[in-house]
Amino acid sequence: MLTEEHLKILEKKACEIREDIIKMLLEAGSGHSAGSLGMADVFTALYFSVLDHNPKNPNFEDRDRLVLSNGHIAPVLYATLAHSGYFPMEELFTLRRIGSRLQGHPHFGSLPGVENTSGSLGQGLSQAIGITLAGRLDNKKYWVYCITSDGEHDEGQTWEAVMFAGKNKLHNLTNIIDRNNIQIDGFTEDVMPLEPLKEKYESFGWHVLEVDGHNIRAIVDACRQAQAILEKPSVIIAHTIPGKGVDFMEADPSWHGKFPSPEQAKKALHELRTLKGKIVSEHE
Amino acid sequence: MRETVLNSKIFDSDIEKISMRDGYGEGLLEAGKNPDVVALSADLKQSTRVDSFAEKFPERFFECGIAEQNMIGIAAGLALNGKIPFASSLAVFAPGRTWDQIRVSVCYSKANVKIVGSHAGISVGGDGATHQALEDIAIARVLPNMAVVVPCDYIETRKAAVYVAEHKGPLYLRFARGKTAVITTEATPFKFGQAEIFREGKDVTIIACGPLVYYCLLAAKELEKEGISVQVINNHTVKPIDKLGIAKAAKETGAIVTVEEHQIDGGLGGAVAEVLAESYPVPIERIGVKDTFGESGHPRELLDKYGMGVKDIKEAVRTVLKRKGTS
Repeated sequence: MLTEEHLKILEKKACEIREDIIKMLLEAGSGHSAGSLGMADVFTALYFSVLDHNPKNPNFEDRDRLVLSNGHIAPVLYATLAHSGYFPMEELFTLRRIGSRLQGHPHFGSLPGVENTSGSLGQGLSQAIGITLAGRLDNKKYWVYCITSDGEHDEGQTWEAVMFAGKNKLHNLTNIIDRNNIQIDGFTEDVMPLEPLKEKYESFGWHVLEVDGHNIRAIVDACRQAQAILEKPSVIIAHTIPGKGVDFMEADPSWHGKFPSPEQAKKALHELRTLKGKIVSEHE
Repeated sequence: MRETVLNSKIFDSDIEKISMRDGYGEGLLEAGKNPDVVALSADLKQSTRVDSFAEKFPERFFECGIAEQNMIGIAAGLALNGKIPFASSLAVFAPGRTWDQIRVSVCYSKANVKIVGSHAGISVGGDGATHQALEDIAIARVLPNMAVVVPCDYIETRKAAVYVAEHKGPLYLRFARGKTAVITTEATPFKFGQAEIFREGKDVTIIACGPLVYYCLLAAKELEKEGISVQVINNHTVKPIDKLGIAKAAKETGAIVTVEEHQIDGGLGGAVAEVLAESYPVPIERIGVKDTFGESGHPRELLDKYGMGVKDIKEAVRTVLKRKGTS
């Protein structure tokens, strides 16, 4: 259980991570704003409450693993890793620069804390399954979290992986879907409808949880609930607002692959600072 | 003569023929003594001879169903956490169908995954063009961090499979479906990255990989009667290719013929041409499939029709010797 005090710290942390995302994207001059901002609360909940990890010893064998499948939201992963202490904060602003360890999409081996390579969509859940199987063979108890986007559920490979995990009852695998309803060409339900997503996963043998992706307490609780399901893999459908925290970016598909101009960044940072850490949930 | 380490019955009509995939199955089983070795199949465990491994080590075998892309991704995840996965399928599917997964999930991460492609080459026969992998060497060798091994017979495939488990990093192992002549013996050297001279000669060198090495030896023997001294090199490691060995052969014999069951562009022929152009340019003729798809037929008929028979190899040698004489 999160105490009220801890929750306040996490909410403030999520806002700081959002500020750093804006600054990184501005500095980089390219990158994906909407998904990165939208997942800040989920990443904060995972790295500051749920995951058993150690930034000072990033490769210890029993650590929980986080596999990022939709690699284009790398800024939120990098910002969260830096805030956790995996590498110096100032390195965040080398994102996408030549020679940087912060590649435009995550690269296994370049940066401590990055567990997989992604960028071509639909591959992460398969990798997460491999990591889960390796743990099973070694009698490890670690948990594997995979972050997927809703849009990448268009990829056939995602469903190959969903079938495999269901068949093998990989209970220590939790897939967290960023259900923000947008993809590059528009809204997911226009481009390629995914609904009924919950029923699809259920019929593939998964335990399904749905959560407000901006309610940190609810996210932490859902992860704990998933840990209590021992006969199935779990999926947490995290309903998020793309661009969350920056009014003019929210729920606008055009911000999927865009980065802010200096004026827009200034406005965004002002908004985020005014929020003082409190993201208001749209679902409450 | 190096021939002493090859099968003494090599020129007999009743030379023993065994399927290379049997060699893979046996090699994988032996490699399985290492508890980190795991095997994955996409509904082809019998066809790829992974079944004996699956029987002996059921906890280390993963059946993925007809889902090769997922299989490669799972293999990558296993490898990043200390396992040595062998992901086996038909070569048209792995690496063919799964190239992006191999590129991103495996090669870019330097994941220690072994991609195993069976049923490679036109001699897969009756199944026709869809199942005849003729581009797989090209698409595998172009990938950074990837090694490519193409053994020449049953025994060498077994040796290669055992070696592959020791190799660090992504590797593609390619072999054929049908029974092919067993030309090597237990004593024949197999060293990763080192082209092996199977027959010495001074006028021309044939550089080959896969089961067609046998045809090259037959062609060399027949050409001897015409007074042509042919060297035959078994170039089982297509990447990293033995640049020194190839340049030496070019320097010593002055003409090269490449032979493979693959498109001549991008495969072994392409790789050897690149080495020669950069190190020691000599005339080269390339035997292989020439920018076309295959078709159904008996393996022998197909090899003849598509220009990879003993007759074609001999003709290529004569052609390259003419060019050598005039250059």
